Amino acid sequence: MVDRSIENFECGHRACGGCGASSAVRMILKGYGENTIVVNSTGCLEVFSTPYPETAWKTPWIHSLFENSSAVASGIEASLKKQGRLDTEKILVFGGDGATVDIGTLCISGAFERGHDFTYICYDNEAYMNTGIQRSGATPYDADTTTSPAGVCSTGNNLPKKDYPQILVAHGSPYVATASMAYPADLMKKVEKARNTKGPCYIQVHTPCCTGWGFDGAKTMEIGRMAVECGLWVNYEVIDGELATVKKVKRVPVDDYLKAQKRFRHLFKPVRNDAEIAKIQAIADKNAKKYGIDIE
Amino acid sequence: MALGIGCTARPGNSRNNKTGSWRVFYPVMDTEKCTKCGTCQLICPEGCINQNPDKTYSIDLDFCKGCGMCAEECPDKAKAITMIKEEK
Repeated sequence: MVDRSIENFECGHRACGGCGASSAVRMILKGYGENTIVVNSTGCLEVFSTPYPETAWKTPWIHSLFENSSAVASGIEASLKKQGRLDTEKILVFGGDGATVDIGTLCISGAFERGHDFTYICYDNEAYMNTGIQRSGATPYDADTTTSPAGVCSTGNNLPKKDYPQILVAHGSPYVATASMAYPADLMKKVEKARNTKGPCYIQVHTPCCTGWGFDGAKTMEIGRMAVECGLWVNYEVIDGELATVKKVKRVPVDDYLKAQKRFRHLFKPVRNDAEIAKIQAIADKNAKKYGIDIE
Repeated sequence: MALGIGCTARPGNSRNNKTGSWRVFYPVMDTEKCTKCGTCQLICPEGCINQNPDKTYSIDLDFCKGCGMCAEECPDKAKAITMIKEEK
């Protein structure tokens, strides 16, 4: 059972007001329970939660580099195993989308191949937010970032979002899931399930970023829900390579989700760009077909 | 020395940093309207909403950054939290 009274993430950290990631981290720590060792790669979460000489964490916490959090977790796991402590203590890795889908892929692939017993959480805010909103492999199509600026010659990021969970399904991971911080009960349940699954588990959590995406901090949960309702984000679970559960929705067009964020405003101003919006709608339709999210 | 041996910090000592000064709007909780569902406590990015012994919730304004997520997500039937502009 998820214990909602667990508070292992303390006030006073430097996240923006309305930060999706810090809200998600609080939920994840509640879901994962006590006796947790946290490994954190470089990223927004690491920077805002541990400003020198303070820390917001009340769990053992280690940060090494951008790319090697899963390698560090592998080492900790091997040590706990040798000491016979792995039954009671579990390892939780946090990486941003940049640290996961771009920079850390090599170490993650190695750790998942070796089959270490830990849970990797990718909090996906869809760009390198900490260094100033540069595009990453997880940035969605047509998003405006500082390294894929929209303007006269460009409509923003011209590459599709990398389907990272499926890469780890291909590694033979026993539990791969996607979740959204806008659905807290679902998120905490999935994290708890990952803790109770032996082997390397992966959960990619959609965490809207008010600063990088350009919306009011109060709307963080609403933006997360809109992404799920239009089909651009799909909440699913893959257990032992088989699609187990999918969040079904009554799908709405992507327009409202795009309009709510400044990173997509070039699609509506000065004139509506129907061709590009149709391409984004096609991505949502493809997701819907692939995972069968439509309620008939 | 700011950090201990091995560059360790005391758990949760970020409480020394009162982020309440960032705020433009502050939340006011109406305990009469509150249905005690706990949504605000769960989703607050700060974790600065605490449950009192009598099951009501109170907001720690030392740390609240005034994002307004709690007021926005408070269920429609309650809407117990309102955001009010700070007068300084």
